[in-house]
Amino acid sequence: MSFKIVVLAKQVPDTHNVGADAMNADGTVNRAALPTVFNPEDLKALEMALRVKDRMQDATVTVVTMGPPRAAEIIKDACSRGADDGFVLSDMRFAGADTLATSYALSQAIKQLGKVDLIFGGRQAIDGDTAQVGPQVAEKLEIPQITYAEELIDVNATSITIRRRLERGTECVKATLPVLVTVTSAANDCRFPNAHRLLRQAKDETRLINADNIDADMERLGLKGSPTKVKKIENVVLAHKESVVLQPTDEALNELSATLIKEHIL
Amino acid sequence: MNFYTDNDNLSFYLHHPEMEQVVAVKEKDYAEAGKHPEAPANAEEAVSNYDTVMNLLGEIAGEVIAPNAEEVDHVGPSLVDGHVNYAPGTRRNLDALIQSGLYGMTLERQYNGLNFPRVAAVMAAEIIARADVGFATIWGLQDCADTIQQFANEELKNKYLPRIYEGATCSMDLTEPDAGSDLQSVRLKATYDEANKCWRLNGVKRFITNGDADLHLVLARSEEGTNDGRGLSYFVFDKADGGMIVRRIENKMGIKGSPTAELQFTNAPCQIVGERRLGLIKYVMSLMNGARLGVGAQSIGLCEAACREAEAYAASREQFGHTIDKFVAVQDLLYQMRARTDGARSLMYETARYVDLSASSKPASRVADILTPLVKLNASEFANRCAYDCIQVHGGSGFMKEYACERLYRDARILSIYEGTSQLQVVAAMKGIASGAYLKQIESYDAKVSEGEMNDEMKHCQEVLRKATGLYSKLYELAAAEGTTSERFEHSTRALTEVLSNIIMGYLLLLDSQRDARLLNSCKYFVKESIGQVSQHLAELENC
Repeated sequence: MSFKIVVLAKQVPDTHNVGADAMNADGTVNRAALPTVFNPEDLKALEMALRVKDRMQDATVTVVTMGPPRAAEIIKDACSRGADDGFVLSDMRFAGADTLATSYALSQAIKQLGKVDLIFGGRQAIDGDTAQVGPQVAEKLEIPQITYAEELIDVNATSITIRRRLERGTECVKATLPVLVTVTSAANDCRFPNAHRLLRQAKDETRLINADNIDADMERLGLKGSPTKVKKIENVVLAHKESVVLQPTDEALNELSATLIKEHIL
Repeated sequence: MNFYTDNDNLSFYLHHPEMEQVVAVKEKDYAEAGKHPEAPANAEEAVSNYDTVMNLLGEIAGEVIAPNAEEVDHVGPSLVDGHVNYAPGTRRNLDALIQSGLYGMTLERQYNGLNFPRVAAVMAAEIIARADVGFATIWGLQDCADTIQQFANEELKNKYLPRIYEGATCSMDLTEPDAGSDLQSVRLKATYDEANKCWRLNGVKRFITNGDADLHLVLARSEEGTNDGRGLSYFVFDKADGGMIVRRIENKMGIKGSPTAELQFTNAPCQIVGERRLGLIKYVMSLMNGARLGVGAQSIGLCEAACREAEAYAASREQFGHTIDKFVAVQDLLYQMRARTDGARSLMYETARYVDLSASSKPASRVADILTPLVKLNASEFANRCAYDCIQVHGGSGFMKEYACERLYRDARILSIYEGTSQLQVVAAMKGIASGAYLKQIESYDAKVSEGEMNDEMKHCQEVLRKATGLYSKLYELAAAEGTTSERFEHSTRALTEVLSNIIMGYLLLLDSQRDARLLNSCKYFVKESIGQVSQHLAELENC
């Protein structure tokens, strides 16, 4: 019986190569002007999935992403690194989704794949930093989750053992399959693409899936299904002169706490 | 960092107009299109494939091999129980390249290769050498696969070629204590073992690069009682079959990550490649030409690394209130380094194209044969000069081990020695000088230049190159006045070879400038060098 692994991935703006035209005059992100990359922690998740595949006979890795058709680039990238296949959830009805609607769409798509043994995803995406999608997908699929994974210790047909990061140190946890794992940047780097796979991928078409293909409640998708409303996006660049040097005294710390509470940061 | 995408010159040569012919020959007019999922249907698709793969290779060179280079240089390989353990960084380099399916790039698809032409193979070698020349020697020896592919029987091809794709490392075992440049003196003995239906090797090989490789191509004396090249045959030896130990690893000045070993063969079982007696005369000569182009690629990779180290240092080092790249004396050094790199590169890709076209054209093969020694000679000498000048730009800091230029300087030194010294390249060029083949090639370049568009500067360059060619002919006549076997002629061959090289590189860069004006500056360097050098040599011959 085959062992099915799903990797949740996202194509994100390349924050290392942001040009002057990255923001529109109204403060929104000018996505057309931004180069894109495979979200770094999703690449780590892919590597962990491929390591499971290396150890398990008959394992397959399917990469699932949601985004515009151009997000197919990361499916091709993943396949050139060793994934077996993948698809893009691409439909205007998914647009404007927050983490709740995104996790709903992804979980509905995963349900269409039948029995899935393992799901991997990056802890968070560099454009949102919420770290919510992975855990929410696990909840919607009603399966356990292991978050902050750093290292694959062991895996077999019924369980997986993972070393995960805690605030002060790490712990090893073992879970019965199926389980969803979110992976941090401390995990192994993803392997390089394979030249032969790259050349074959160049000719392959990536599957695009729309909202009609995932047996979804349309009210729970996209902007409609998103309770989060973005009021404004600002490009905040802190200049050196805006920094404050604090003295190591109780008064200074109390003053800082009061300021942060006043600014609604705490 | 990506060592392919950050260097526009590489893509420039990958997209050379003559690549259309190169690809058509390599792909046998696209016979595999539609039958194999990786086979291109046209030249555009093929070049796009090369571009994709070079991008991957450039990333591995920049992200893995280059960062490992310093550690590999310090740690080096070690000898354990008669075998070599690579430095950990070397192993990491190999693993990344093998996992990425980049080994066996030139192998045919039926052996799991990418069926890439020589142009792509030398580009890969250049990219890797820029990251670490020592590692490039280990990588480059996979070219042994070409000899097996070209000359071995089907059984050997099916047995060994897929293993090279899987990452089996290779070595070319030619040199012995008494047989260096003079390979006719090889004594390692090969005898046929009737009972086991295989050949057996007995004897010692010395200075073998990557000496404990998985697969060895060994030149050995199969014909008892002979003492010249006609008694030598070529064998493939698989380390897994036993019978060979490494006696020592040489303690070298440079390319320290590459194990140079002394090997003892004791009844080592092996199989013959091709026919008896053709080992040196045919097979080694073929392998050697490929290896010489490979050293050219290593040299240009090193030149590129040296240029970048020097340019970066000069742009950041301040003296007298300015960064030192503002001073003319330093600018001259940087300009000469860049020009030599550009000239050698243009010559190398031109030669590689002719090597690729050789598969279907005898005239192309003849041009490849005369250009190959020029690539090896000039690129390796330029690499030494670039490494020297790189230290000069660094000043006192360059003499310290903290800077990469010190390693480059040590690594460069072997390039003008191994796979045929510079002096042997001049000997190899003599035939083309005496037959007028180089002059014929120069005439064809001149005609090609005239067909393209030229501004006044370019026209001037062509004029001076024509003048230098005329003076070269005069120089040749003076040198050969007492015949081409005279001592006077032999003394002049290095000068003749260098003048010809400069004229050819001048013309090639002029042709390149017609596609990309950036290269005109480097072209001017060779224009100046060729007229200056030929005039000086003429004056010497006329007056001394």
